[in-house]
Amino acid sequence: MSLVGNTFRIRLPGIAPLMVLVSALAMAVLIVLPLVVVFHDALAKGLDAYLAALREPDAIAAVKLTLLVAAIAVPLNAVFGVAGAWTITKFEFRGKSILLTLIDLPFSISPVVSGLVWVLLFGAQGLFGTWLADHGLKVIFAVPGLVLATILVTFPFVARELIPLMQEQGADEEAAALTLGASGFTMFRRVTLPNIRWALLYGVLLCNARAMGEFGAVSVVSGHIRGLTNTLPLHVEVLYNDYDSVGAFTAASLLAGLGILTLVLKSVLEWRHSGELSASRKH
Amino acid sequence: MSFRPAASTDEALALEIRGVSKQYGRFPALKNVSLQARDREFLALLGPSGSGKTTLLRVLAGLEEPDAGEVRFGGEDFLALPVRQRKVGMVFQHYALFRHMTVAQNIAFGLTVRKRSEKPSRSEIADRVADLLSLVQMEDLGKRFPAQLSGGQRQRVALARALAIEPRMLLLDEPFGALDAQVRRELRRWLRELHDRAGVTTVFVTHDQEEALDLADRVAILKDGELIQLGKPNEVYEHPATPFVFDFLGQSCRLPGMVDGGRLRVADWETAAPAGAPQGAVEVFFRPDEVDFAPADGAGLVAQIQGIARRGPDVRIDCLVEGATMELQAHGPSLPTGVTSGLPVRIRPQRPQLYPAG
Repeated sequence: MSLVGNTFRIRLPGIAPLMVLVSALAMAVLIVLPLVVVFHDALAKGLDAYLAALREPDAIAAVKLTLLVAAIAVPLNAVFGVAGAWTITKFEFRGKSILLTLIDLPFSISPVVSGLVWVLLFGAQGLFGTWLADHGLKVIFAVPGLVLATILVTFPFVARELIPLMQEQGADEEAAALTLGASGFTMFRRVTLPNIRWALLYGVLLCNARAMGEFGAVSVVSGHIRGLTNTLPLHVEVLYNDYDSVGAFTAASLLAGLGILTLVLKSVLEWRHSGELSASRKH
Repeated sequence: MSFRPAASTDEALALEIRGVSKQYGRFPALKNVSLQARDREFLALLGPSGSGKTTLLRVLAGLEEPDAGEVRFGGEDFLALPVRQRKVGMVFQHYALFRHMTVAQNIAFGLTVRKRSEKPSRSEIADRVADLLSLVQMEDLGKRFPAQLSGGQRQRVALARALAIEPRMLLLDEPFGALDAQVRRELRRWLRELHDRAGVTTVFVTHDQEEALDLADRVAILKDGELIQLGKPNEVYEHPATPFVFDFLGQSCRLPGMVDGGRLRVADWETAAPAGAPQGAVEVFFRPDEVDFAPADGAGLVAQIQGIARRGPDVRIDCLVEGATMELQAHGPSLPTGVTSGLPVRIRPQRPQLYPAG
């Protein structure tokens, strides 16, 4: 939009280049160097070894599992996020700030705890453990546990992205749509959703990156059964502990690639649709 | 295309609001408000912020539900209808245009969301949009997006969008509040013409007394959720029911006085009390520009002129009356005779309004 982006800049001669240099150095040491190391070590024994490590059945199983978990957790969190942001920004009700705090909770608690709660609930010794065992249902050390842990950890991403934007937009457009005769669903589909589409995509992107990269929470519920309950990040750790550095870094390179892809898409969104992202994302 | 509904011959009541109350937590937004609007009437809800005027408008639209009371429109129980079935055209202070739709798509929205059986064909919708665009004098701007329009243009689009559904009632929530004074005055006149042509009952919320008095057939003045006075613009301006209304409708001067046996006494000035004046101690209110000046030895209140300042077409006269500073106003290029800085004159309010003191 034409009205945003009018920022005043301060000028401090001499300071700016120094700051830029410091940031560039920090970037190089903390981000670029590790990335180079990942790809260097993955390809240390040549491209053939790299491709062989990729074709390894456990690696393929880990990739598939990671994609499956993300494919379930991300859409669910997109729905939860939209619903949560919608209720918080368009309605007045008691306990609103409590809901807001709850949505943020996964950001502030350790992922290990996010995994552990599921073990305490559904594990063999857990609250519902006996009941689940009696009915032959497996949650912990199985896909449902991984999905639950991932959902919990990545819960805030979509909602956090949408809430500031929807707050900024207010509820007038929705009210206008209703007075013009739209049903609740039509209003959502034709007014609300188009207004938040890029922010939603942005939130889904971040949510997905975290869902695929999550280690702590899934580590607790996974049980590390190779080829069965190891997601990609867990697979990296297992291989690394086996001193299989090419295998570990090959798997890590996939995650790094995902990270780079996310970054590129994120930048494209920020660049092309800054006006339709929440204020904090505008440039 | 004609926006005029089938002509009704009688001055039928269109809108009846009875005993509407609404509470937000412990804060009462509306307290037992009752008022009516006739068919095709232009009714202004006037009040300071927090007076409940916008809440009342949102109750009419169906965006808020009152805790108590009744709203009827055309004899029908309006509160029983959900928003989408009320067919009211609502215009918001901040336009509330759909930002991702073009002007034409915005205007067409109300037609395109209709049920399949009632939805006009594509070409009918296009014709309607074209008609409405020309009605709001924006023929060439149908393909623009709201962000590419000026504030005045946006509000005209919002009006066209509201009119597209052939509303039974038009609700305007401070529609010119975000516009600058010049555009505001232009749009005001234009809106009144549009109302007269469209023949729709209109309820208009504003905090600007000038706007309300200029536009409306009748003005309802609200304060703290209560209806204080309802009447034609001249009636409320000339006979404000309370000191609050007097103050709110324009600048005011006040002095303590005493009414005794049909005579009003303010300091050493005595005159006939207006008809229906309260007895005993009163507060005398008058407008700073409704004052007659007389020489210092004439009749009236002594006013010591302290300063004279010309401000555009008006002259501001600062003076001391009964030990209090008072700001009077005169119009035109020449000063009233006898008014000289530093010298005393006598002043006589032309139309004093009296309210019981206390």
